[in-house]
Amino acid sequence: MKAPDFDYLRPASLDEAVAALAAGGGDAALLAGGQSLMPMMNFRIANPTQLIDLGAIAALRGITRAKGVVRIGAMTRYRDLEGDAALLSDLPLLAKALPLIAHEAIRTRGTLGGSLALADPAAEMPAVMMALGATIDLVGPKGLRRIAADAFFLGLYDTARAADEVITAIEIPLGGGIGTVYELAPRHGDYALAGVAVQATSSAPWSGLRAAFFGITDRPIMLDAISAAFEGQRGVPEAAMQAAQAALADLDYLNDARTDGATRRHYAGVVLQRALKELLG
Amino acid sequence: MSRSTEISMRVNGEQIRATVPVRQNLVDFLRHHVGLTGSHVGCEHGVCGACTLEVDGAPVRGCLMLAVQADGAEITTIEGFAASGRSVRLADAFARHNALQCGFCTPGMLTSALSYIEGGGGADRTAIREHLSGNYCRCTGYQAIVEAICDAIAQEEAAA
Repeated sequence: MKAPDFDYLRPASLDEAVAALAAGGGDAALLAGGQSLMPMMNFRIANPTQLIDLGAIAALRGITRAKGVVRIGAMTRYRDLEGDAALLSDLPLLAKALPLIAHEAIRTRGTLGGSLALADPAAEMPAVMMALGATIDLVGPKGLRRIAADAFFLGLYDTARAADEVITAIEIPLGGGIGTVYELAPRHGDYALAGVAVQATSSAPWSGLRAAFFGITDRPIMLDAISAAFEGQRGVPEAAMQAAQAALADLDYLNDARTDGATRRHYAGVVLQRALKELLG
Repeated sequence: MSRSTEISMRVNGEQIRATVPVRQNLVDFLRHHVGLTGSHVGCEHGVCGACTLEVDGAPVRGCLMLAVQADGAEITTIEGFAASGRSVRLADAFARHNALQCGFCTPGMLTSALSYIEGGGGADRTAIREHLSGNYCRCTGYQAIVEAICDAIAQEEAAA
């Protein structure tokens, strides 16, 4: 189908966008890359009466570095991230995750901020940002708020972003370390049935392990018990995996037409083990 | 705030100005307003790849971008690839390998394959299949498509 009719605004500055969003009340929607919102509008699942396109706001795009962090504008497109060789070399987890997002033509338009705002439970970027310890900047009528990615995702397509706020940037610490992502999907580019983004300071022995799962529950989830189980361990010892499985046992798994909760629980252990083995080389 | 707006863009090298409804997507605009029917409208939710075309040198889904968002952009469609000769070797390989039957997916398939080849992709069947995972073909089973792309890459290498 075609999208229903709407008013279209293309503000040139963040201030104008924030003002327009406040003026639009609950009927206005922010348009980032459009790679999820446009399909939802074409399906008429989403029906905003006003679209505020963030595409013309130069301040929301770009990758900058300052004292141990990289700051990525919310409207930076996946294609731009993939084209930044230094960034990919600094953040191997991000480098591994980007090619898993949909397909090349989608990554040309899709944005980091858009993916975080949507909070699809099976999307890679929310989990990747949690594993990397990222901070999300939001600007609304009351000014700037900074929220850790750990605390940002509240449920199915639900985040800590208030209705009148715009995600402006994502800040990721550049602490070195190792990272990878492993997912089980029916086909390359499909949403994962289960996946995990893993970041660690080192793997021999494991230190500072952060494992954020996606596609298994209504939101990305990071379990402290898994970090604790592997801290100081070498390889993938059975006791640590058992502790991880125990931590994964009682989650409220997604149960849908693609696969059931019990299968997802099994897959969660599989993706964790494979990701860890990949990092061990 | 408006429900139709004036835009201008370059399409296959030609400057186009038009007033478009803001809800019209880029591929519908190109087909109905500009008359370029090579880009096809399939699923309209970014899954099938039939509408894949090039905006500012990168492939995009023509159904997931509004025409107003292409204001000021440089668009190349399958007609442009054919006219400039960019897709000739690849299209010939598709014909030789019977890499199409109904042809509905072919413009998007060629656009995605062209991006793979021009991006330096090699004749690696797994990598080609992964790259084309966002383009559906319901006729060929992909075998002949992958072979045609490998053939076109071999020819590019021989010509280089």
